[in-house]
Amino acid sequence: MKNVWVIAKKELRAYFTSPIAYVIITVFLVLVGFFFYNIMLWFNAQAMQMAQNQYYYQQININQMVYQPLFNNISIILLLMLPLLTMRLFSEEKKIGTEELLYTSPLSVDQIILGKFLASLAVLLAMLGLTACLSIFTFIYGNPEVASILIGYLGLFLLGAAFIAIGIFFSSLTENQIVSAILTFGALLLFWVLNWASSSAAGLWKGVLNYVSFLQHFDNMTQGILDTTDVVYYLSFAFFGLFLTHSVIQSRRWR
Amino acid sequence: MIAVEHLTKKYGDLVAVSDLSFKVEKGKIWGLLGPNAAGKTTTMRILTGFLPATEGKASVGNFDVFEQPNEAKKILGYLPEVLPLYPDMTVTEYLNFVADIKKIPAPKRKESVAKAVKVAGLEQVKGRLIKNISRGFKQRVGIAQALVHDPLVLILDEPTIGLDPAQIIEIRSLIKSLKGEHTIILSTHILAEVTQTCDGVVIINEGRLMASGSLEELTASFHRKEGAVVKVRRDIQDAAAEIRKIDGVEKVNPEDGDLKVEWKPGLDLRDDIARLIVEKRFGLLEMRPLAMNIEDLYLKIVSGGAEQ
Repeated sequence: MKNVWVIAKKELRAYFTSPIAYVIITVFLVLVGFFFYNIMLWFNAQAMQMAQNQYYYQQININQMVYQPLFNNISIILLLMLPLLTMRLFSEEKKIGTEELLYTSPLSVDQIILGKFLASLAVLLAMLGLTACLSIFTFIYGNPEVASILIGYLGLFLLGAAFIAIGIFFSSLTENQIVSAILTFGALLLFWVLNWASSSAAGLWKGVLNYVSFLQHFDNMTQGILDTTDVVYYLSFAFFGLFLTHSVIQSRRWR
Repeated sequence: MIAVEHLTKKYGDLVAVSDLSFKVEKGKIWGLLGPNAAGKTTTMRILTGFLPATEGKASVGNFDVFEQPNEAKKILGYLPEVLPLYPDMTVTEYLNFVADIKKIPAPKRKESVAKAVKVAGLEQVKGRLIKNISRGFKQRVGIAQALVHDPLVLILDEPTIGLDPAQIIEIRSLIKSLKGEHTIILSTHILAEVTQTCDGVVIINEGRLMASGSLEELTASFHRKEGAVVKVRRDIQDAAAEIRKIDGVEKVNPEDGDLKVEWKPGLDLRDDIARLIVEKRFGLLEMRPLAMNIEDLYLKIVSGGAEQ
């Protein structure tokens, strides 16, 4: 574990001593803030109208009307930004030749991969954690349900972890960071929209396409539904990405 | 300390190293000598566990690098041909990181890094970012990186490449000062590097072993020519004729304005030749020993026709 931490520490320092982490976190927060502002404006107008009527008044739900669209927006921003966070992880080592230092050290490949994964997760956590400030407003002026917000955040975190694992995999394939980012972005988008194909598929395929797609599992969690299937899905996706990375690194060295 | 047995490495159809065997004793510096693309870097990468061999065995200390890679890696310091430096770290940060991944216990880390900084002569740049220091200092950081965990074995791939002549001399003397405590293999395509710093040499070309042994063994195994190269100011042909008359001189060849004189082994006719030239007023400009024979051997190997 100590060895994993050594790598994670080095990656975190690389993120935070360069502009990378600050730029990504800032741009992310600006965009999230913008979406939140717009959602709130819309929610205000909507709530005013609904309050006129006793029946609709009961239906006003801040979780459903603010948090659910917000989480969906955040997930899209993550899809666009996380490939840029992970693209350098292995590509850069390969490009500048430091992979020879890492792979001739007594660290195992697993420890190196895990260290890099944890460092990106930490940045993700910082990104998501800082958006919690937005909830100050909703809690002052309303009474949202805490549990379903936390489940929504858990969903974002798990989704982000899966994105990062896929990003690390593509980073291990190439020494070119741009290629790595584009491949990651393409793969993530494909998995995102995979369930679109399910409408025209039938039988087993329909189920498979729905299950493999990111979207289905994420929808549950933004609604505050915590299902172990979804958690297992994201964790296995992350594990799969890291496992592929391991295979790529080993096979390169055994070729 | 270092043993390579019947090592073969193929990249697809390309044979990079073929049936290579050699041994290096504890505390010695050996050179891995060969032209570019001879398989030097591949051999070193296999020894350090970066690449696996297709066939054969390699061991460092008592550890087989394939069977016990982690034990072998712990006693091994490696300077790759491309310096493995992180440009955005300071020298001290970088060495601390290397100390960590080499599993130096935290209490000993500060001391180990300080020692590596001192040995490699990095005091004046240790607080600076690696991207801002000169090539010569980067090379030193590379060596410090290989040394930081005080390894028994050092593997240095082209340690003096890309340096200016003064820096080359500095790095060579640094490497020499490491001898004894560390067993060192360094690769180079420059013969002078081997003759100046190494105890022994492995000469390879196109992945095959051409010759290996200590420098004395190698030179002794060849017919040892003794003689001198003489340069005179005037009348080179007459001078050649006069020198031929000296007792013991076997051959005198005028070559590019120089006279290549060879005499019977065991003699030293430099005094006689000098006196003759001065007396006959040919004007003695220069006299130097004939080139070492290992150079001839190396040139033969590099140009393709190996004898041994």
